[in-house]
Amino acid sequence: MKQELAMAMPGEKQSSTYQRKFEKVNEVINRLGRSRSALIPILQEVQEEYRYLPEEILTYIATALDLSPASVFGVATFYAQFSLEPKGKYVIKICDGTACHVRGSDPVREAVLKRFNLAGKKKTTDDLRFTVETVSCLGACGLAPVVMINDKIYGQMTPEAINLIIDEIMKEEAKDE
Amino acid sequence: MTEKNTVLIDGQVVPLNGEKSILELTRKIGIELPTFCYHSELSLYGACRMCVVEIEGRGIMASCSTPPAPGMKILTNSPRVQRVRRTVLELLLANHDRECTTCDRNGTCKLQELANRFGVKKIRFGERDLKLPLDTSSPSLVRDPNKCILCGDCVRMCSEVQGIGVLDFNGRGSSAQVTPAFHKALAEVDCVNCGQCSAVCPTAAIVVKDETDQAWAALNNPAKLVVAQVAPAVRVALGEEFGLPAGELVTGKVVAALKRLGFDKVFDTSLAADLTVIEETNEFIGRLKKGERLPQFTSCCPGWVKYAEHNEAEYVKNLSSCRSPQQMFGSLVKKHWAPELGKKPAEIFVVSIMPCTAKKYEARLPQFTTDGVPDVDLVLTTQELARMIREAGLRFDQLEVESFDTPFGFTTGAGVIFGATGGVAEAVLRAAHELVTGEPIEQVNFTAVRGFEHRKEATVEIAGQQLKVAVVHGLGNAKALLKDLKEGKVHYDLIEVMACPGGCIGGAGQPIATNPETKKERAKGIYNADKLSQIRKAQDNPVVAKFYERWLEKPNSHVAHEALHTAYVNRSRINGEQIQLLTSKQKEQADVAVCVGTCCYLKGSYDTLKKFMQQAEAAKVTEKINLYATFCLEGCEQSPAIKINNKIINGVTPDKAEKVFKEKILPELE
Repeated sequence: MKQELAMAMPGEKQSSTYQRKFEKVNEVINRLGRSRSALIPILQEVQEEYRYLPEEILTYIATALDLSPASVFGVATFYAQFSLEPKGKYVIKICDGTACHVRGSDPVREAVLKRFNLAGKKKTTDDLRFTVETVSCLGACGLAPVVMINDKIYGQMTPEAINLIIDEIMKEEAKDE
Repeated sequence: MTEKNTVLIDGQVVPLNGEKSILELTRKIGIELPTFCYHSELSLYGACRMCVVEIEGRGIMASCSTPPAPGMKILTNSPRVQRVRRTVLELLLANHDRECTTCDRNGTCKLQELANRFGVKKIRFGERDLKLPLDTSSPSLVRDPNKCILCGDCVRMCSEVQGIGVLDFNGRGSSAQVTPAFHKALAEVDCVNCGQCSAVCPTAAIVVKDETDQAWAALNNPAKLVVAQVAPAVRVALGEEFGLPAGELVTGKVVAALKRLGFDKVFDTSLAADLTVIEETNEFIGRLKKGERLPQFTSCCPGWVKYAEHNEAEYVKNLSSCRSPQQMFGSLVKKHWAPELGKKPAEIFVVSIMPCTAKKYEARLPQFTTDGVPDVDLVLTTQELARMIREAGLRFDQLEVESFDTPFGFTTGAGVIFGATGGVAEAVLRAAHELVTGEPIEQVNFTAVRGFEHRKEATVEIAGQQLKVAVVHGLGNAKALLKDLKEGKVHYDLIEVMACPGGCIGGAGQPIATNPETKKERAKGIYNADKLSQIRKAQDNPVVAKFYERWLEKPNSHVAHEALHTAYVNRSRINGEQIQLLTSKQKEQADVAVCVGTCCYLKGSYDTLKKFMQQAEAAKVTEKINLYATFCLEGCEQSPAIKINNKIINGVTPDKAEKVFKEKILPELE
């Protein structure tokens, strides 16, 4: 898994990546403090760094905050925002709230899932490049159906439009390698 | 009485006297509202919704978490309350594996009892088809998630009372579960096997591992001489399983029952406890003289020993090296008594009858097995013995009493009080004065260390020296005491720790007690047995004296050490993966792991790690080192610990990091 993760980040050396990430974890803990109430913000920032919450890092956070690993695991699994599985470099959130649903979010999702060959519980591509999630509302109903890729919003999506956007991302990725 | 300080419950005027909850109030006036998640010794949770009442103007409320207010009109059994309660039960049952006939808790299950009490005859909802796997990894407990009703009693018991927190909720909604961290098995985390989770579990989601089959097999094997040892706490609790009151002393009936079941010899663990007193007191006096490894901690309780090995590395050396009475007994039987009978150790099968689930774990520790033969072959809890007695159809209450066999049958009051919190400390105090000064003491009752207070203290003068003794029960209380000790707030010479609240009488292997008074009654029974003993002091036990003469030379002798003492280890808290920091692609490389477990982390191991990374960069060898942060190298006593190519180096504090890197790591790369 780790090998794959490193490969998914072209241009970076494995070692320095691990080292940098771990230093970041310590920086976050020091900055936010070791109190119980800092746990969620720490998990959020650490997840941003690793793109998920690895088991060993959760154990490390539990040690640093003097909490039981079971409690930290409990918090990390309670909130939908936290993932214990590695997520892709690009997280594609397809809105299926009422407005998006009636404006045809289903075909958009089907198109994306089919393109990446994802189904059931499998939400991330094997190369750890894309993760596809369905969300309930992104709060941009006027643009329905809406898709969010990482922090960018794309409105009035159709199966054709989303495929074009993904084409663009793939092109950029190919350049980087 | 004005309306100001009364409430109306089912039409009855009830005065308020500072009760914290409506539930407390209803119990005072003789109404037993049903509960799952309410335990007086645990924090309020308010999750199970069984204790609902109807309050005029406020509707349906949970009585456990609603304080009574003057003038409230409360109905505890209105049609609405009845309907809500039944629906709650139905919903719980819909999620519950209802194979009652084959369940360990059949007959003692609270869910079953309440479903019956409230007349739930039909469940409108479909059954859950997802079956989760059982966790049978622990030597003491079995966890069945399919029986869990998510009341959280075990979670709060483990973290609040025991101070550990092995179990917690994870997931949410319909996929919520109670498990150890990362869904690990109980054997892979810092569970100490005290089993208190199983004692508060209303269903069979966590139960004591049933090993009665192995006992029957041994009893039916003619090649084995089957020997039982009975722990002190069993004799004041077993009667409860057969309708006798808690605390009633049934020693003679226990012996009779074991004989009827087919045990060849029935012995008393209290005798081994007397031996423990002698060994432990002598060890204590020796340490006092040398002024080393003080305070001395007792080591009879395997739950506490394992807790210390996981969490209190710096105090592991302070544990008495004495084996617990169970293991002293096993060792004497197999190593000294067997040869006298002309038997091989493997021909004797030792079964312990214990109030304790952790004893199952203790008996399997590698240091208590010699040449593949364990000193104690099988540990049965009080619950399991009751099951065997029922299976055999014995009418326990009608059994004629019998007495223990020789030579391991003669006991003193000192050995018996081991069963209650404070007992070990009191037994040691009864011996210490006499062993130091040679003068017998008149007053043998040290009542300051008795009772259920969280921390008990006593100061005793021995030969002009003031000795401070502390007694704690419940590991959460032990944790608090150790914190005070580390911060220098308190000073003690001898500390007794029992993992279970109340000591062994409150062990998780005892009959499941729903009444908080039960433990107090059992303790009374123990002290009554002590009072009735002809001999109250371990040092006066003639059989123990004979053992020294025949087998053990003198207390703390070499041969006594071989048979009666042991050593401890450091244990990691969790079997975890390592955090990878540097990865080598070269042929010449070194594996370096720096421990970031609790002990090492607190001593600055992260800074050590950082220094290693800086050094590696400065020396341009980052490509040659596999650097990891790891969780516990089990060298906690001299933390921070590091491992270089399988060699552990202790005490690598940040200031020594540079030196260690240059002298130990760089040469590995050449």
